[in-house]
Amino acid sequence: MAITGIMLMLFVLGHMLGNLQIFISADQINHYAETLQGLGNALWLIRGSLLVILLAHLGAALQVTRLNRAARPVPYQHALDYQTTTFASRTMMFTGLIIVAFVIYHILHFTVVTDANLAGIKGTHDDLNVYGMIVAGFSNTIVSLVYIVANILLGVHLTHGAKSLFQTLNLRTSENANCLENFSKGFGVLVILGNCSIPVAVLMGILS
Amino acid sequence: MNMNITLHVWRQKGPDAPGRMEIIQADDISPDMSFLEMLDLVNERLEAIDIESIAFDHDCREGICGMCSLVVNGIAHGPESATTVCQLHMRSFKDGDAVYIEPWRARAFPVIRDLIVDREAFERIQQAGGYVSINCGGSPDANAILVPKPEADTAMDAASCIGCGACVASCPNGSAMLFVAAKIGQFAHLPQGQPERFRRARRMVEQMETEGFGACTNHFECEASCPKEVPIKFISEMNRDFIKAVLKGE
Amino acid sequence: MKFDAKIPEGPLQDKWTKAKFDLKLVNPANRRKYKIIVVGSGLAGGSAASTLAEQGFDVHCFFYQDSPRRAHSIAAQGGINAAKNYPNDGDSIWRLFYDTVKGGDYRSREANVYRLSEVSNAIMDQCVAQGIPFAREYGGQLDNRSFGGAQVSRTFYARGQTGQQLLLGAYSSYNRQVDKGNLKSYPRTEMLDIVKVDGHARGIITRNLVTGDIERHAADVVVIATGGYGNVFFLSTNAMGCNATAAWRAHRKGAGFANPCFTQIHPTCIPKASGHQSKLTLMSESLRNDGRVWVPKKAGDDRHPLEIPEDERDYYLERRYPSFGNLVPRDVASRAAKERCDAGCGVGPDMDGEQKNAVYLDFAEAIERLGKDVVEDRYGNLFQMYEMITDENPYEVPMRIFPAVHYTMGGLWVDYNLESNIPGLFVLGEANFSDHGANRLGASALMQGLADGYFVASATVPDYLARESSMKAEDKISPDHPAFLEAEGALKARIDQLLSINGDRTVDSIHKELGEIMQNHCGMDRDRVGLEKALKLIPALRNEFWSNAKVLGENESYNTSLEKAGRVADFLELAELMCKDALTREESCGGHCRAEHETPEGEAKRDDESFTHVAVWEFTGEDIAWERHQEELAYENVKLTTRSYK
Repeated sequence: MAITGIMLMLFVLGHMLGNLQIFISADQINHYAETLQGLGNALWLIRGSLLVILLAHLGAALQVTRLNRAARPVPYQHALDYQTTTFASRTMMFTGLIIVAFVIYHILHFTVVTDANLAGIKGTHDDLNVYGMIVAGFSNTIVSLVYIVANILLGVHLTHGAKSLFQTLNLRTSENANCLENFSKGFGVLVILGNCSIPVAVLMGILS
Repeated sequence: MNMNITLHVWRQKGPDAPGRMEIIQADDISPDMSFLEMLDLVNERLEAIDIESIAFDHDCREGICGMCSLVVNGIAHGPESATTVCQLHMRSFKDGDAVYIEPWRARAFPVIRDLIVDREAFERIQQAGGYVSINCGGSPDANAILVPKPEADTAMDAASCIGCGACVASCPNGSAMLFVAAKIGQFAHLPQGQPERFRRARRMVEQMETEGFGACTNHFECEASCPKEVPIKFISEMNRDFIKAVLKGE
Repeated sequence: MKFDAKIPEGPLQDKWTKAKFDLKLVNPANRRKYKIIVVGSGLAGGSAASTLAEQGFDVHCFFYQDSPRRAHSIAAQGGINAAKNYPNDGDSIWRLFYDTVKGGDYRSREANVYRLSEVSNAIMDQCVAQGIPFAREYGGQLDNRSFGGAQVSRTFYARGQTGQQLLLGAYSSYNRQVDKGNLKSYPRTEMLDIVKVDGHARGIITRNLVTGDIERHAADVVVIATGGYGNVFFLSTNAMGCNATAAWRAHRKGAGFANPCFTQIHPTCIPKASGHQSKLTLMSESLRNDGRVWVPKKAGDDRHPLEIPEDERDYYLERRYPSFGNLVPRDVASRAAKERCDAGCGVGPDMDGEQKNAVYLDFAEAIERLGKDVVEDRYGNLFQMYEMITDENPYEVPMRIFPAVHYTMGGLWVDYNLESNIPGLFVLGEANFSDHGANRLGASALMQGLADGYFVASATVPDYLARESSMKAEDKISPDHPAFLEAEGALKARIDQLLSINGDRTVDSIHKELGEIMQNHCGMDRDRVGLEKALKLIPALRNEFWSNAKVLGENESYNTSLEKAGRVADFLELAELMCKDALTREESCGGHCRAEHETPEGEAKRDDESFTHVAVWEFTGEDIAWERHQEELAYENVKLTTRSYK
């Protein structure tokens, strides 16, 4: 899970940085999208790999959850009084599944573009108007809220994921434990702020 | 200064009998008593009125044999850190407290009676390679192989595990990884453990999986509840050795 | 009945070598056909079981805990002795031998003790090879520390849990044999009787503690390694489950019980704090390496220890024994502590009516000299344990300690080969009487348990099998033999009897009362009047038990009251024998201190003329009676002197 987790984390980071180009200029983000589209077969290879990684991550998670549920058939009558575990670590499956659902929605929304309105704005292969599509898409408050909530959950998921992967990969020591704790929290917050900044900016009229 | 405590205790007559929480009043308890001495007193009073005593595992009462195994108010071995429940004292509680006492709960630790569970799963894991294959006699002089102090100390950190099972009881996943990792880690840090290092890791981890323990998702609860404070880094070292063993085909 | 120690001829140094050569062997191909029962899984039992299984015998090991690793050997803290002389401070096998004989106040067998010292080095080699993480120096060599009764540093240790680490070592060898299919474990199973066929030990009757099933197990040899009987005192440093039942049942079937009155009172325990106390906790003797023992000079001085100035403190061990100081043997240190408390100089909180029952063990000087970090590194876990129990911080306030029952030197009589007078019954570790005389030195119990299991029994048990012509591998005794059925029937009747007493008193309350009788009359201070009184009180209490005890529940389930009842019933007989033995031994030696036999300075006064022997008691049945026999002790290499640690 740690290996696939790192890959997905890197993707999330890259995806975020790419999208933040929207704050530079409309042309910049449109050009970025055109570059990606211009990759052709390579783009499909990346998409395919991401799907495999995501499925592997999900598969491992489902297996672990099944094992863990089975490991304690009779529950404690007085709930365990947790000492160290966090909300994030106990809700990984929950946040993870919501994120998967969101990813499907996100792909349908901005990649496949099932919405006729947005499809009209999208433009052609070598002259994309991603900027317009984003602004139009996020002008809908409900859509924006969905994005904001999903990204907050993604950030929460990542705070545990980032911390966890260092432990799994034997990189955590008692000396660097605090540092890693701060790093993983910081990473989660960064993803939340970065990804949510776009719908928020649209709603506030900064991007139009 | 003595206190009155309301106990909620898991009572279960046998492995297949249904169990339930029972409320038992423990009055006039001195704060200087250990938790188990409090239970001794409660049992003595129960027997006086012809009620069978509460069965619980205990033996050395010095925090080293690893026999005692109670979850107190949702915490394995109770509220004090680095303390087995036999070393827990009643001064950690207040007059009027409600105290919930339950057995370790895990599929691999079935209840035998009341608060006693069967920990044979741990035995089978250690039998699957938890040793250095040497025969008695014929070993080289004790000082023939030098061991750097830091390595010996790390091995000792792992070896201090008392095999109580609190790691399993406190883990939201019912995972036994800290226990298994401690056993593997002790040998992995000593020269004597090297020849069988990877084979040992693989066999013990596979046995652990067979026993039906959960998997680690890094909640770190085991480390927090471990009465001997075995550090969690041994889990990642174990994972590393296990993966190497699989790759090497050992 | 004659008790012949069968000590090999020849010079002391050659006896074991010669014996090993003379011992008969079993052909490797035939070993599998011999079944060996080992009762107890501690250092002695666990190491014997694994070593015999290594050789290829069919070994079956029984223990009352849920894992062999939980036997009470695990609680030993301080260390294990070996005559390695790594610190180059003048140690040798001969010196370890001499220290042990002297420490035991000249009441042990020279040949046994020499063998113990001889194999001590091989034990360390074996333990290190097993992967035991002993404490080491920065150069990578093993570290040593000092223990009482010796002027050399010969004690190896693994933090404050040497016992656990050594037991885990034996347990790992044990697991290897289970893994190989040579060894079978019977957890949560208690031996409740031994079965003899034609005078030989041929099996045991056990009770499965979970299901209550009574089972018959036949074998070619029975090895008992079930530890000591300190719990006869109710409060001791033993584990709650430690009991004398296996040894006592063997005794009732004819095995001699040797020196039952030799009990060790350990000087550094945490004092009793309340009437509900279930056990006493030992603080390792290693603390006396750096801690200084003192009481206020003035009787009844109840100032806070930190307010008592240096010149008003009495460092009585350093005062009385300048050359050994705080590291005198345990019996000497214990008696000295009691002497000060009896003189009214004891410290600690007021316990209703009882005299103040503690002395200080002070680390202030060590902390100043070494720094808190070094002290923490050496004793951190002990300090932590002390604070957990007493709620006092020993880094700031001196610890309070007092002697407590810790170990029993007495036990089933065995010859040089560790075989009891019942052929085919071997007794190892604390359960036998052999090596410590009237007082055991610190860090020697671990050594003896492992010596017996790894090196002695592994040679002498096969010899018995090879030697006994009746032990033809094909000539097996069935567990359906009438002797087994009879023993099983008797045991079931006894259990029924226990369950049907239906009296008013809990087993614990009777056990506590027995403990008080023993503490008062057969503890650190013994005299004729007290012992005679105890000999009246104990049979009366035994009657009270059999007529008025309350044992609830049934046999066919996990029944802790029933378990306890059986053990206490045996303690009630053993206690009487201990008092009888103490009364008969008209001298003071080691841990056995008779008020009538003391020097004017309050030191033990031996009577070598009349008592240089092992007292062996034979159970003669009817109405619980015994006959006393003697095995004379011959000292050919050590001159008997008055022990002096001054």
